Amino acid sequence: MSTTLQPALAPAKDPAVAARLGRRRKRADGIARILSLVATGIGLVFLASILATLFYKGFGAMDLAVFTEVTKPPGSNGGLLNAIAGSLIQVVLATVIGTPIGMLVGTYLAEYAKGSAFGNVVRFVSDILLSAPSILIGLFVYQLLVLPFGGFSGWAGVAALTIIIIPIVVRTTEDMLSLIPNTLREAVIGLGAPKWKMIVLVCWRAAISGIITGILLGVARIAGETAPLLFTSLGNNAWSTDLTRPMPSLPITIYSYAGSPFQDWIELAWAGALLITLAVLLLNILARSLLRSGK
Amino acid sequence: MTLPSATTADRTVGTAPPASFGGMQARSAAALNETVRIAIRELDFFYGDNRALKKISFDLPEKQVTGMIGPSGCGKSTLLRVLNRMYSLYPGQRAEGEVLMDGENIIAADVDINALRAKVGMVFQKPTPFPMTIHENIAFGIRLHETLSRTAMEERVEWALTRAAIWGEVKDRLHSSAMGLSGGQQQRLCIARTIAVRPEVILFDEPTSALDPISTLKIEELIDELKQDFTIAIVTHNMQQAARCADQVAFFYLGELIEIAPAGELFTAPRHPKTQEYITGRFG
Repeated sequence: MSTTLQPALAPAKDPAVAARLGRRRKRADGIARILSLVATGIGLVFLASILATLFYKGFGAMDLAVFTEVTKPPGSNGGLLNAIAGSLIQVVLATVIGTPIGMLVGTYLAEYAKGSAFGNVVRFVSDILLSAPSILIGLFVYQLLVLPFGGFSGWAGVAALTIIIIPIVVRTTEDMLSLIPNTLREAVIGLGAPKWKMIVLVCWRAAISGIITGILLGVARIAGETAPLLFTSLGNNAWSTDLTRPMPSLPITIYSYAGSPFQDWIELAWAGALLITLAVLLLNILARSLLRSGK
Repeated sequence: MTLPSATTADRTVGTAPPASFGGMQARSAAALNETVRIAIRELDFFYGDNRALKKISFDLPEKQVTGMIGPSGCGKSTLLRVLNRMYSLYPGQRAEGEVLMDGENIIAADVDINALRAKVGMVFQKPTPFPMTIHENIAFGIRLHETLSRTAMEERVEWALTRAAIWGEVKDRLHSSAMGLSGGQQQRLCIARTIAVRPEVILFDEPTSALDPISTLKIEELIDELKQDFTIAIVTHNMQQAARCADQVAFFYLGELIEIAPAGELFTAPRHPKTQEYITGRFG
């Protein structure tokens, strides 16, 4: 019986055919490799030139005043202190508000709404939000919190950033929880644990490094957002920690300074751009090492 | 004249359960003259519209090992998952009939499922250590049902790990992660975690199919030892394992209980031709 199957499954015996096929595979492999290298090269050249320019101009403009002085009129040796503080306040608040909401929604999707129609709708909407142009979110909050309350405010900025970070946390939480094998869930349930204890004490713990990674990437994303802040917290050239008033932020300051005709403002914009890039880079490295240590 | 069926009849002792297979099921717990821990009566199980178990009736005798064998998809794992209501996790799965434990039908809707699962523990095919320390793994289940003082907890953890024959290997690393243990150790940890809750019945769902031969041997020895205190049901694909571990063996095929008998008898003198075919390896 098996002998009748043998000829069909056996490799081609003719050495000339085998050699020709081998050469063809090698040629195809070589072409694919060259194309991949060229594509990688194009990407890296642009990235490297951006980073090189940024580091060159940014470090040149970096001095102590950047961190100790607030933004001042052109020519009076100002810094970015208020912008840095404003960015920190808004990003931290948005993260603190958005993370629990995002985690709970992600948990709902992964643990309670598997395959349910409502769950699918929530997941779909969240994914749309994830890729929505951030300026639309800015305009939305402008309608919702700026116009009715008579002006730009830090809270409006926080709201816009929160709306941006929530779907990121939703997505990663759901993805990370979905990676947990069902046998682990059954093992917890099998001991007589109620479902909420299973989720909080075991599933979250099993997924936590991945979830934190997602949160950090979300923080990196909102730290660099400019468009949603234009319509919400607007920016402020003075020191301000009052969230009911317009609030400064690094991206907005970079945006307005880089387009200004003043040399010292342009230099500060470079310094601010470098700061954000370094912060985002740091967050990414942190996220990656966390994910690796969690495995 | 002796009729051919008379041989069946004279080996049937005690009250015969509903005879869907003539006398086939009768050589069960009643025949072994043991206290019945769980009595399964006319059990049907459905995955949606698909009927996976058909009118199953037999007993799990107390402090004995009941082995369940049969080809894949025969319903043996399904039956195991009825005994601790694991199926209740999944909408669309439902059981009908009676599974009596302490006079209560455990598949009834109003049963306290978490309390039931504390009484009927389960060990799975793949080791499932929780992402926490060895000590926390054991303490987790205990804390669900009891509040123990620190010393009492430590004693219980040591007791459970000792009973699961893993104490000596982990006593110096109780506070390191359970994920660092080998597969066989993880499985014994899971057994320790199950018995730490002090259940009455332990269900083993192919507990050694992911383990190497030496770990398998350890688990089998352990099961033999555990039956002093616990009633055990074990699903296995390994007939030698069933022969080694089980006191009585149930053979399932296509959702039906074909035959149940003391292990020695089922493997040496099966009554049903299907059992004969399966244990001689002609299908499955």
